[in-house]
Amino acid sequence: MAVQNTAKTAVKSKNNEKAYRESRRSSLGALFEKEMSDHLRSRRIIIIIMIIMVATIASIYGAVNGISDAISSDSHFIFLKYYTTSGNSIPSYTSFMALIGPFIGLMLGFDAINSERNDGTLNRLLAQPIYRDTVIIGKFLAGMALIAILVLASGILTGAVGYLFIGIAPGGEEIIRLLIYFLYTIVYISFWLAMSMLFSVYSRHSATSALASIAIWILFAIFMSLIASFIAGAVYPINNEYEQAVNTLPNYTLQQGINRISPYYLYSEAVSTILNPATRALNAVTYAQLVGILSSYLSLGQSLLLIWPHLIALFALTLVMFTITYVGFMRQEVRGN
Amino acid sequence: MIQTSDLSRAYGEKVAVNHLNLSVKKGEVFGLLGPNGAGKTTTILMLLGLTEPTAGKASIDGIDCTRNSMKVKKITGYLPDNVGFYPDMTGRENLRFTGRLNGLDEETIRKRIDELLERVGMTEAADKKTSTYSRGMRQRLGIADVLMKDPEVIIMDEPTLGLDPAAMNEFLKLIRDLAVKDGRTILVSSHQLYQIQQICDRVGIFVDGKLIACGAIDELGQQVAVKDHYELVFSADPMDDKLVSFAGTLPGVTGINSERKGYLTIESEKDLRKDLTAFLGANGYAISEFRQKGGDLDEIYESYFKKAEEEEVKSNGSAKHGKNRSEKQKQ
Repeated sequence: MAVQNTAKTAVKSKNNEKAYRESRRSSLGALFEKEMSDHLRSRRIIIIIMIIMVATIASIYGAVNGISDAISSDSHFIFLKYYTTSGNSIPSYTSFMALIGPFIGLMLGFDAINSERNDGTLNRLLAQPIYRDTVIIGKFLAGMALIAILVLASGILTGAVGYLFIGIAPGGEEIIRLLIYFLYTIVYISFWLAMSMLFSVYSRHSATSALASIAIWILFAIFMSLIASFIAGAVYPINNEYEQAVNTLPNYTLQQGINRISPYYLYSEAVSTILNPATRALNAVTYAQLVGILSSYLSLGQSLLLIWPHLIALFALTLVMFTITYVGFMRQEVRGN
Repeated sequence: MIQTSDLSRAYGEKVAVNHLNLSVKKGEVFGLLGPNGAGKTTTILMLLGLTEPTAGKASIDGIDCTRNSMKVKKITGYLPDNVGFYPDMTGRENLRFTGRLNGLDEETIRKRIDELLERVGMTEAADKKTSTYSRGMRQRLGIADVLMKDPEVIIMDEPTLGLDPAAMNEFLKLIRDLAVKDGRTILVSSHQLYQIQQICDRVGIFVDGKLIACGAIDELGQQVAVKDHYELVFSADPMDDKLVSFAGTLPGVTGINSERKGYLTIESEKDLRKDLTAFLGANGYAISEFRQKGGDLDEIYESYFKKAEEEEVKSNGSAKHGKNRSEKQKQ
């Protein structure tokens, strides 16, 4: 009897579990779909696509102009150079993405929650039989999916146009390196998505959250290096020859360490390594360490090894941002207006 | 159907809902009346499991609202005050989204949307974006939205706020039908008395987080009435001195007041209606208005507010409810 009962309970709980998962999946699916169609039909997607188009076309133009110089100094991995070469003082595709990527993330997330609050749709949404976290997870996943689509579309477009103009097809390793680069870019932009969603949870007006996110973007993209060099200069000053001899290495290391707090810097380092196999080290290297090294390219595995911590750190930063957003949203009072 | 026992919610020092004991029967329309800030919305959010009570319990159809809010939300429809829709989606798309969130299959969704749009009279506007809707249209779409999940219980927060009189009557009829025709249980919160009076079976008066009176409207009248105190307001033509002096001679009169132009208010210990009408009729007066105070909801409401305020004055030494009262709207 007891055994039977346990068996029954087990079956029941299994059924419950199944029903729970099913309802969860269907509501998440509905939300995901709605968010996606919201994004795709919004006016801001036009702005985003236009920005990406301009950046893509400009960088291809620059690359086509600058690539002959780049090839003359180093004629391997030419396909990757479509992405990293700048010319006619136009930045390369990768530096464009590092700069405007955050903007895409911010545009997709800055009013995720507070617009629902202001439109009076959040109450109605939460009164449906869905778990509260489904809302925020659905929004984040939809944003990430859209980011992935945008990144892949513009990345592949760049490669295709470069191929048309220059006529050199990618090798196997180049394709893998590019895919890894796209993955980094998606995670990088998702970080900004999560951050802008965080602001949208905590600020009532979407203008406030947009401005706050942009402020953080500017801080990381422009001021972080100034702050880093200022702090490093204060801790390890380099004012005379003695200090120069003793402090140069720790000064640079500290500066780099501070800079690496910024996802912008992390991402840039990772990209320059994965798309440029000639990059052998990211930290300061002494002349002594350079003695006797082979003048060859780094293999894919070694390049990855070099920037593995960067990927983890970017992932972690994104996850931390999303977790704060998640917890904030879960604990927030529903009545906003 | 809806039960709360000692339900309480405090925000820091401020007690929004204070030991609320409420019971709404199946198929009943219950009006939760109170001034703004009385804790009505907080109560509703607790019923839906969207806010956790600090003490006490609430249940709908025997399901605990806090612990099992998913089940509660499956059978309960909620029309928030100032209901909003996704502005870039059409009315139909908004409803479809709600249907999907409730796990309905596409066929059911399509059928139900058509049915409900017809019922709330929104079929024509269904394919326009909701950003173009008027307030009344949004409220009606709100009802359709609530009905998408075919709920047993419907909770509405200030549903009639900001509607023009014509839209209001139509809307109230719609609400009443939901209970009478469909047999759903309805809880309406409002600070608009007259509307509530028209459609509610019972009302509860809710001030400062406390339910200070509860019952059918005529019962409430009896609860409020002060024993041996009558107040008669009337207006007759002509309103001359003879009439005023006669009124003074009536038995049990404790005060006569003619401050309001064209009206006479007589306070007394006895019911004077018969004596007065006999006199007016016999002496050729035409009666244009004649009313014994205490019967209608506005007075009930006001007198409860007075009581609540007086208690507050006693306990706190200050009362700030004048503001609330002036916000009351009459049709």
